[in-house]
Amino acid sequence: MSDLHKLTGAYAMDALDELERARFEQHLAQCEDCRAEVAELRETAALLAETAAVAPPPSLRDSVLTGISQVRPLAPEVTTIPLTQSAPTRSEQSTGRRGWAPLLVAAALALLVGLGAMIVAPWADDDEVPRLTAAEQVLQAPDAEEVFLDLGEAGRATVTRSKSQDKAVITTEDMVAAPEGKDYELWFMSPDEEFIAAGLMPDAADQTVVLDGSAAEAIAVGITVEPEGGSEQPTSDPIALFDLTEAT
Amino acid sequence: MTDVDHVRPVPDGAPQGAPSGGDSPRLADLLRRSALGDESAFAEFYDATSARAYGLALRVVRNPAHAEEVTQEAYLDAWRSSTRFDPARGSAAGWLLTIVHRKAVDRVRSVEAASARDETWNRETTPTEHDLTAETAHASLDAARVRSAVATLTDVQRRAVELTYFGGYTHTEVATLLDVPLGTAKTRIRDGLIRLRDLMGVAS
Repeated sequence: MSDLHKLTGAYAMDALDELERARFEQHLAQCEDCRAEVAELRETAALLAETAAVAPPPSLRDSVLTGISQVRPLAPEVTTIPLTQSAPTRSEQSTGRRGWAPLLVAAALALLVGLGAMIVAPWADDDEVPRLTAAEQVLQAPDAEEVFLDLGEAGRATVTRSKSQDKAVITTEDMVAAPEGKDYELWFMSPDEEFIAAGLMPDAADQTVVLDGSAAEAIAVGITVEPEGGSEQPTSDPIALFDLTEAT
Repeated sequence: MTDVDHVRPVPDGAPQGAPSGGDSPRLADLLRRSALGDESAFAEFYDATSARAYGLALRVVRNPAHAEEVTQEAYLDAWRSSTRFDPARGSAAGWLLTIVHRKAVDRVRSVEAASARDETWNRETTPTEHDLTAETAHASLDAARVRSAVATLTDVQRRAVELTYFGGYTHTEVATLLDVPLGTAKTRIRDGLIRLRDLMGVAS
């Protein structure tokens, strides 16, 4: 039995971090045994809630019933059933930044195993530039600089930035899909360490995405796992952080 | 997988003695009606499950105001996704509590709730004495069965399961808290749950 199978219990009780969860869900999609075990263990875990039962304040009932009267149930789906359908909850997103600078270091230490920061040799000379896509223009810009991150089993990603174009592009290889009900969101980190939303990554293992917004001043690019549809501010620690100051 | 409506205790083998198992078809039916927009069915569903949902949220997030928010969000999600509930894949209560737990855990992890995460996780929380609704009365029957099953776990299994489910900690954090290797924490969490599954006869 591989190590992955042993994660059913932790997964059933939401005890995996976002990256582990994404990885395990990819495994679940292919492992019928684990799916069955997760279903049983979730059912078992839910029984533990019996020992914690506390009658809620009566006002909660009114709030819930008022809430549901204002939204219809989702249209039925014919594909899969999300066990933990979770709508984006704006109220949870006001947590703001929490000491990003130490985090930058921590995440860098934790994740940058295999970091190769390098300067791309400008292979596209100025003359005779054919019509290029926005991504190609960045990738082929004379001042393109890149940061590569090996995310282990989660895949590999490269951020390429061109200051002259004021744009950045992320290219992924074998990237695991975001957890169910979640999206990968991209962020620029400004020189004063604020995270600025730079768009969502479509669900695809291998892709090239141009980040939204101005890239010239950014000191880093981060990826976080956010509720579906994304957030205005990161609600979790980045799963990957590309330190652009290391790229030159 | 077949249905998980056979949630019944092994001891005494009385099939209808398991309230949550016996309740399951009714709750599933209420969700099915909710999916068709029946708000009164959902109100009934709420009445039958809210003590478990709110109690779980409260146990994980600690703060009553946060617990209310988490519970409300979970019910709104449950209402919206009632169309996606499939009784063949699990019980209605299990489905709801999975949503609640997820949200509660997301909440404690996203909020810097260090102050709320004290050492009281293992202290037996006594449910506050609200009016004893049918729900709390029936839940306490089940609760006694669950407690006696939990009592058969080894010390490390029990702590690992409780820290994970009620503490909202990740398995890595649980390993650190219990001062055991990560592989051990992983295994204890899983074999603890499997033992509970077998003792309480959760079948698929």
